[in-house]
Amino acid sequence: MDTIFALATAQGRAGVAVIRISGPQAFVCATALCGSLPNPRQAGVRALLDSDGSLLDQALVLAFQGPNSFTGEDVVELHLHGSIAVVSAVLRRLGEGDARLAEPGEFTRRALENDKMDLAQVEGLGDLIASETEGQRRQAQRIFEGALGQKIEAWRTNLIRAASLIEVTIDFADEDVPVDVTQEVSALLLSVRTDVENELNGFAAAERIRTGFEIAIIGPPNAGKSTLLNALAKRDAAITSERAGTTRDVIEVRMDLDGYAVTLLDTAGLRDGADEIEATGIERAVSRANASDLRIFLMEPDEIVPVASQDDDIFVAPKADARTDDVPAVSGKTGQGIPELITLVSRALSSKTQSAGLATHARHRDAMQMSLTALDAAVEWIGHGPDHYDIAAEEIRSSIRSLESLVGRIGVENLLDEIFSSFCLGK
Amino acid sequence: MKQFDVVVVGGGHAGCEAAHAAARCGAQTALVTMKKSDIGIMSCNPAIGGLGKGHLVREIDALDGVMAKVADASGIQFRLLNRRKGPAVQGPRAQSDRRVYQREMLRVMETAESLSIVEGEVVDFIMNGQAASGVVLADGSEVRSKTVVLTSGTFLRGLIHIGDVSYAGGRMGDKESSLLAKRIESFDLPLGRLKTGTPPRLDGRTIAWDRLERQDGDDDPTLFSFLSKSPPLRQVACGITHTNSQTHDIIRENLEKSAMYGGHIDGTGPRYCPSIEDKIVRFGDKDSHQIFLEPEGLDVDTVYPNGVSTSLPEDVQVAYIRSIVGLEDAVILQPGYAIEYDFVDPCVLDAGLSLRSVLGLFLAGQINGTTGYEEAAAQGLVAGLNAARAAKGASPVHFRRDQSYISVMIDDLTTRGVTEPYRMFTSRAEYRLSLRADNADQRLTPLGLEVGCVGADRTKHFLDKMEKLDAGRTLMKAESFTPKQISSAGIKINQDGTKRTPFQLLAFPDVALEDVVRLAPGLAELDSEVGLQISREALYANYIERQKQDVERLRKDESYGIPADFSYSDVSGLSAELTAKLERVRPADLAQAARIDGMTPAALALLLGRIRYLEKKQA
Repeated sequence: MDTIFALATAQGRAGVAVIRISGPQAFVCATALCGSLPNPRQAGVRALLDSDGSLLDQALVLAFQGPNSFTGEDVVELHLHGSIAVVSAVLRRLGEGDARLAEPGEFTRRALENDKMDLAQVEGLGDLIASETEGQRRQAQRIFEGALGQKIEAWRTNLIRAASLIEVTIDFADEDVPVDVTQEVSALLLSVRTDVENELNGFAAAERIRTGFEIAIIGPPNAGKSTLLNALAKRDAAITSERAGTTRDVIEVRMDLDGYAVTLLDTAGLRDGADEIEATGIERAVSRANASDLRIFLMEPDEIVPVASQDDDIFVAPKADARTDDVPAVSGKTGQGIPELITLVSRALSSKTQSAGLATHARHRDAMQMSLTALDAAVEWIGHGPDHYDIAAEEIRSSIRSLESLVGRIGVENLLDEIFSSFCLGK
Repeated sequence: MKQFDVVVVGGGHAGCEAAHAAARCGAQTALVTMKKSDIGIMSCNPAIGGLGKGHLVREIDALDGVMAKVADASGIQFRLLNRRKGPAVQGPRAQSDRRVYQREMLRVMETAESLSIVEGEVVDFIMNGQAASGVVLADGSEVRSKTVVLTSGTFLRGLIHIGDVSYAGGRMGDKESSLLAKRIESFDLPLGRLKTGTPPRLDGRTIAWDRLERQDGDDDPTLFSFLSKSPPLRQVACGITHTNSQTHDIIRENLEKSAMYGGHIDGTGPRYCPSIEDKIVRFGDKDSHQIFLEPEGLDVDTVYPNGVSTSLPEDVQVAYIRSIVGLEDAVILQPGYAIEYDFVDPCVLDAGLSLRSVLGLFLAGQINGTTGYEEAAAQGLVAGLNAARAAKGASPVHFRRDQSYISVMIDDLTTRGVTEPYRMFTSRAEYRLSLRADNADQRLTPLGLEVGCVGADRTKHFLDKMEKLDAGRTLMKAESFTPKQISSAGIKINQDGTKRTPFQLLAFPDVALEDVVRLAPGLAELDSEVGLQISREALYANYIERQKQDVERLRKDESYGIPADFSYSDVSGLSAELTAKLERVRPADLAQAARIDGMTPAALALLLGRIRYLEKKQA
């Protein structure tokens, strides 16, 4: 097994840069630079020396003894001064020893290989590192902590229990074991089924937290949609003018809105009788608006646009700065009503994420969907009684396999272990 | 000095099947056994088959092996287990007349062409460098051969325990093979120690049968061999009784006196075949355990009490037996005992059951860590076939997991190794719905024909059956019926406008053969066996299709062969634990590697990467 090293922090000038070394030779490689290592899990300042004895840097050194480390192997972290020159000198010096530069993702792969993380946790870690908003951070953190793995483990335990109940009636039919286990098995299957279904229902919301919600601003021409977008984005993303029909294509701006990752869509003003180019823009605006997660209708209360509103959609009147009535309104120009609008949007998104589960990637959804299909078939077959236990068992097996593709795998020994620990067998 | 192609050491279930298989393939074969009278001996209970095991016997028969025919000829009670469950998990089982079984097995072996029986104790192998080329007998004589199959059962450093008394022995009344054990030790193979046990044998004349529950065989017996018609022997019933709280008290009070609980035994016993001591300790809340009283034959008085194997001292055995209803006056003819023995971790074998480190030496049966006559016989068959082929310089026959229980077992043994005595279960077969006892011939006889181990009788019988099946399938799929037609034949169906053939209808759980006959009266002409077989295929058709797709995916992994000299320590990123396991098992391809315990998708990706890299470098 190779020992690997790499810069763990971002490239470039910074206060501190961390180089991580992992593998069987990690302690040896680090000792070659710093003379002696501090005790594991205790920080110590060391002078890192080049091969000719000259000083490379004064560094804070941390050693972790495997398996109690990120990768499960021996790991050393060198906290250097964050200079490009220092980092490259230390990397060069490490490369002269018994270690090589890590490939992208190699540390995480080793953590996976050494059972420090399951597949879902690796995804969670990836999401965590990529997270930009508070919502994304919270979600990734839960998955990184292994919440999805734990949930699947709980389902799997119940399904293995169900399968073993059936298997015991099949493989030990000539012994003192129950003959009809339909009721107990059905109850187990149905409870897992409900859970998987709930998780699947929350997939859309969870995926949105990760990838961001689309919010379309729509309304008649010249309502100030582009100005509102710029105000929300706090920059000039869209061209604004006094002329109706300035925005023709859909403009997208990604932003953090009160902790949610959001893509705001500025769309062409909706009106009849526009020229051909503008008409195409309007057509696009309508279809994007319909497909969005949330719509902000920026228009007078009595106006009608060719887009139907859906649950939680927000209606707000334009040009708050120039109105005298007390209709809720907003002005991108003066910022009037903007905080209230953000609160409304945030509240709408919050209600959409109530149901968010731990399935955040399409891969999770697909595996759960397959598992659910097999569960449904198993429930149906088990309803036909012991005559078709063999087929029910096959469906349960297939359901378990789908779940396990998310985190790990199963062997028949798991089943037999369960059987042997619960039944007295052997005549 | 005699020269053979194949020498088989041991005349038990593995040895007989191995020798007969090698001889069927045309190899000049010698079966060496200590005594001719030991051939086909049933050391434990007088029964063949059961769940998973019945499948194995059918598969042996499909390859024209001997166990099924001998079991049919000696059967005194036939029962199809799981009769009320799906046909995929039904397993034929039979009680045998122990003496008839032995007599019949000896006759079959003696009359086989190209097969000689040699009496003598094997004390060593003749080594030709790193290759085994025959055996040395205790009298100093040599039997030379091109390949050797070793089926020494529990005889390697066998140690019998009754209470705190223990003595060396391979089976009650037989000595162990310690000289041979020394030679095997010198091969430096990974050896482990297992234990198994047997109950006391009772005198049937001292059992109060009239006070016991009876268990009869099936009215319509299901035999093992595809060639058998009906059982030749008179059929008998077994008795059923139960242990009670008094029995349990006696055992509990004397627990320390048992070899197992007195700390005299180091070997690992099977969890699925616990001794009565184990049952009482591990399942203390149960106040009664079932016992089957199985007669050992028609004209012998010995009865095998199935369910009370023990290593308690003899006086305690007498006491607890007599606390049981119906056994108050029972006389013990032979006490129960536990036996410990050496086994070779089968990871060191290839899929043809030959040792990777000693050329020409094949291992089969209990020496590979299995229990059961059927498991032993099935391995014997594989080892015998491959030993014969190796002697002729032909390539080995490898079975695939999706093809037979035999191959599931061999793959489990050689890929995962053994930590407790290995027994077949239907749940070990992931392609269980396709691997049925009723279609064993369809799955394996063609392979048998290909390798030349199937005789003329079976060939004819098989080809006739296939012809009838093909015609039957065509008939079943010939005509489609509208939902309306189907309903009017009294079959419940959704009026969804889809036309269905009788074959498709049979996939519905509550549609039986007689229902579709009402719909298509022409089907009544089908041979009843053929009709039954096709309706089973129909029931599982969707699943068999799905499994076919799984198998295709598997084939892809199998196409990535791993060279025999592959260096796992060169694969960077592989954990030390997995590296060690891979080095021990030396999987033949990526699919087998995937089945190793603890293997992860990430590790497989690393292996695949390395295999591709090496291939590219070679190209």
